[in-house]
Amino acid sequence: MNTPRITSPRFQRRARLGATAIAVAVAALLLAACGSGSDEGGGEAGEPETEGITVYSGRIAPLIGPAIDLYEADVDRDVQVRFGDSAPLAATILEEGDNSPADVFYAQDAGSLGALEDQGMLAPLPKRILREVPPRFRSDDGRWVGITGRSRIIAYNPDAVEASELPDSPLELTGPEWEGRVGWAPSNASLQAYVTALRATEGEEVAREWLEGMVANSTQSYASNVPVRDAIASGEIDVGLINHYYVAEAKSEQGPDYPVDVFFPPDDLGSLINVAGAGVLESSDRKQEGFEFIRFMLSEPVQDYFVESSREYPLAPGIDPPADVVPLNQIPAPEIDLSEISDLEGTLQLLQESGAL
Amino acid sequence: MAGLATGLRRVGTLRDGAAGRAGEVVFGSRRPPIGLLSLGVLAAVAAALPAIYLVVVVAGEASSAWETISDSRTLGLTLRTLALTAAVTSTAIAIGLPLAWLTTRTDLPARRIWATLTALPLVIPSYIGAYLLVSALGPTGLAADALGVDRLPSIYGFFGAWLTLSLFTYPLVLLSVRAALVRLDPQLEDAARSMGRSRRETFSSVILPQLAPAIGAGALLVALYVISDFGAVSIMRFDSFTREIYLTWQSSFDRTGAAALGLLLVLLSLALLAAYSWVRGSFNYHRSGPGTARPSAIVPLGRWRRPALAFCGFVTLIALVLPVGVLIYWAVQGIGEIDGRALASHAGNSLAAAGGAAAVAALLAVVIAILAVRFPGPLTRVVERLGFAGYALPGIVVALALVFFGTRVALPLYQTLAMLVFALTIHYLPLAVGAVSSSLLQVPPRIEEAARGMGRRPLNVFRTVTTPLVAGGIAAGAALVFLHALKELPATLLLAPIGFETLAIDIWRQTTLGFFEASAIPSLLLLVVAAPPLWWLTGRGEPSA
Repeated sequence: MNTPRITSPRFQRRARLGATAIAVAVAALLLAACGSGSDEGGGEAGEPETEGITVYSGRIAPLIGPAIDLYEADVDRDVQVRFGDSAPLAATILEEGDNSPADVFYAQDAGSLGALEDQGMLAPLPKRILREVPPRFRSDDGRWVGITGRSRIIAYNPDAVEASELPDSPLELTGPEWEGRVGWAPSNASLQAYVTALRATEGEEVAREWLEGMVANSTQSYASNVPVRDAIASGEIDVGLINHYYVAEAKSEQGPDYPVDVFFPPDDLGSLINVAGAGVLESSDRKQEGFEFIRFMLSEPVQDYFVESSREYPLAPGIDPPADVVPLNQIPAPEIDLSEISDLEGTLQLLQESGAL
Repeated sequence: MAGLATGLRRVGTLRDGAAGRAGEVVFGSRRPPIGLLSLGVLAAVAAALPAIYLVVVVAGEASSAWETISDSRTLGLTLRTLALTAAVTSTAIAIGLPLAWLTTRTDLPARRIWATLTALPLVIPSYIGAYLLVSALGPTGLAADALGVDRLPSIYGFFGAWLTLSLFTYPLVLLSVRAALVRLDPQLEDAARSMGRSRRETFSSVILPQLAPAIGAGALLVALYVISDFGAVSIMRFDSFTREIYLTWQSSFDRTGAAALGLLLVLLSLALLAAYSWVRGSFNYHRSGPGTARPSAIVPLGRWRRPALAFCGFVTLIALVLPVGVLIYWAVQGIGEIDGRALASHAGNSLAAAGGAAAVAALLAVVIAILAVRFPGPLTRVVERLGFAGYALPGIVVALALVFFGTRVALPLYQTLAMLVFALTIHYLPLAVGAVSSSLLQVPPRIEEAARGMGRRPLNVFRTVTTPLVAGGIAAGAALVFLHALKELPATLLLAPIGFETLAIDIWRQTTLGFFEASAIPSLLLLVVAAPPLWWLTGRGEPSA
């Protein structure tokens, strides 16, 4: 095919160009590799401490970065942090098995921690850590503890809805007056935890009816909580089921006029408290350091930091909750044990059968 | 890409005429050198690792896997995914084919510029593209503001997924067809014209049939892209295979169920491959003798000039100007908060990972292409087909497979740059194999034979004679792998060394937080990094460039 072309000057010029492109790519690779290598080297040279533990974090860097900085300063060791979403990180740890580089798993929800616990991948935590956290915010087997708490809420756009119009229970959002006005994130762990809790307390049928009712009511699905909040702010929807701190965050960034407000529905677990928590891996050979890390996360400076920055509820005793949210003890939270709401699989099936997912 | 068309129909071409038989003579026998063969088998096994992993997992719990597969939902899922694939693929052809012709064969003003502009949407990752479309065309997006209406009809679901994927994958068809158009022998067209056929008849009876393999190759890549895409379908909330795999696995840690669906996806893509080679088999266009290498005549557009320009402009507007405009709009809002150093280091890391993958993939592609082109046989065909395994799977499956193997087989390499490069390489290897194969096809074995006749050793012949002649194809393959690896997300997230941040990771992190201003700048930088190789790719083979 087109035989003479390969000997034509044009083709050879192109060939040379191609070869040059490869050479450039390889050179760029080497340069970049050297560049990143020397960065690391520089960092290590400046801080002669020994290498510390490795944390897999389902919480985002801007949120727990400062908390980890506090810990690094305290123990004078580096911490390696791998960031990601909680569930993929948990699945990664499951794939990694005994060779996981992770020492601590810091998850955004109890479900991912429960999954690791069920597979026997978490080590029992010492009593002195477990004592710090109320029993309903830690695992029954004592293998993970909650570090901060968050509440489910109904977020709403005050320009579109009066607070007095809002229902006392999320279950009422299936009513005809809410058709097409509600947003949720069915693939998000927080909503799934709520459904699991609903199944555990009110029974399978109530949960199913609610989900089917929500779907039939043209509830808008989003990939996660933030887009739900943003859709409320932009007027795409009027109310949404999310966690309290998303609104607090946006208000502290964009000012008090940000057009999303928070309502804590008192009925039917509407204000369910879930936790971000941590556990130490059974496969870790630095368990003591892992325990110390978790203990430090429950210490006053770190708990205060979380209260300040993300408006979450502190779970260690004696720490004041954020001033601008309803205090934990005033939220009509059901006495439901987070360990009991680990049947995500059943929830997923229900979500799929009802067409929510 | 271009190469895939010719690359995949090589066997017929080579067997034709004296040149084909010479292929057997080059290395003295039809058996490939053992070193080359083992390297090729090694590369193929590496590329098949994700599929092997799926088999291992599914075999571990066969009954539960079967439960997932036989679930009635799975059929619906398959049909939905196929419907989306068919719709996107035909749209991509409808956009890509005319653009390819306009930018190679006509007197379209500023042809070369249009060629690059219309190919550029390729580098916009589907997760960014989908988000940008939502923010522009969503119910209360910028368009609703501009039109002064309260809300537009919902973009979510099939329509949104179709629109996003069509807009950002049609360049795969465009590039493939363009390259084929440039290579076409003008003699046939001239003959048809001299016998009184009109331009239109010539196009439909002479040019179009010759383009069929290239259209097929581009369509195949689009189809494979669609069935393995996660970003667009999840943002557009369309329930396709990949979204289901992700949800199954993330919501319930149901590894077996997810793996079973993953295997189905592999079968689906193998079926696509088979369908493609079957279609391709019915077209067999190649010259038996050497032809001329003169450029084809340029078709004057005449009164079609305006509509043609409008078409190019419209496609560029919605697939490139609109998304990039929204990006720039955000970037301007977030410009005060740029951390230049961090951005530079992310860009450096992206270059390292994508550049490394491009280089390794190009090397492996040369091995596989030599085996497949010069030593066609059952074993080398298997080697070549296996090379496709990694491309059809979603990045997340490739990543998990390598987590599994990394921690069990290659622990010292786990979470190193080498592992990430390896993952990206096997994920995008077929892109390079296609490009290298097609340029190897254009090198007549006679030349190698001549060198061999003068007493050179086979490897020496390949190094000194063949390699310089296929350098363009190798570079094109490397460039394609580079462009794809640059924007890859799930494998990069799971396999990068701790603290190794790339532009794609940065973008993902900022968008999950809803910080679109902050994500716009790394997104733009990603486009800037990707533009030069793409410019080079679109200019490749340009008659008048």
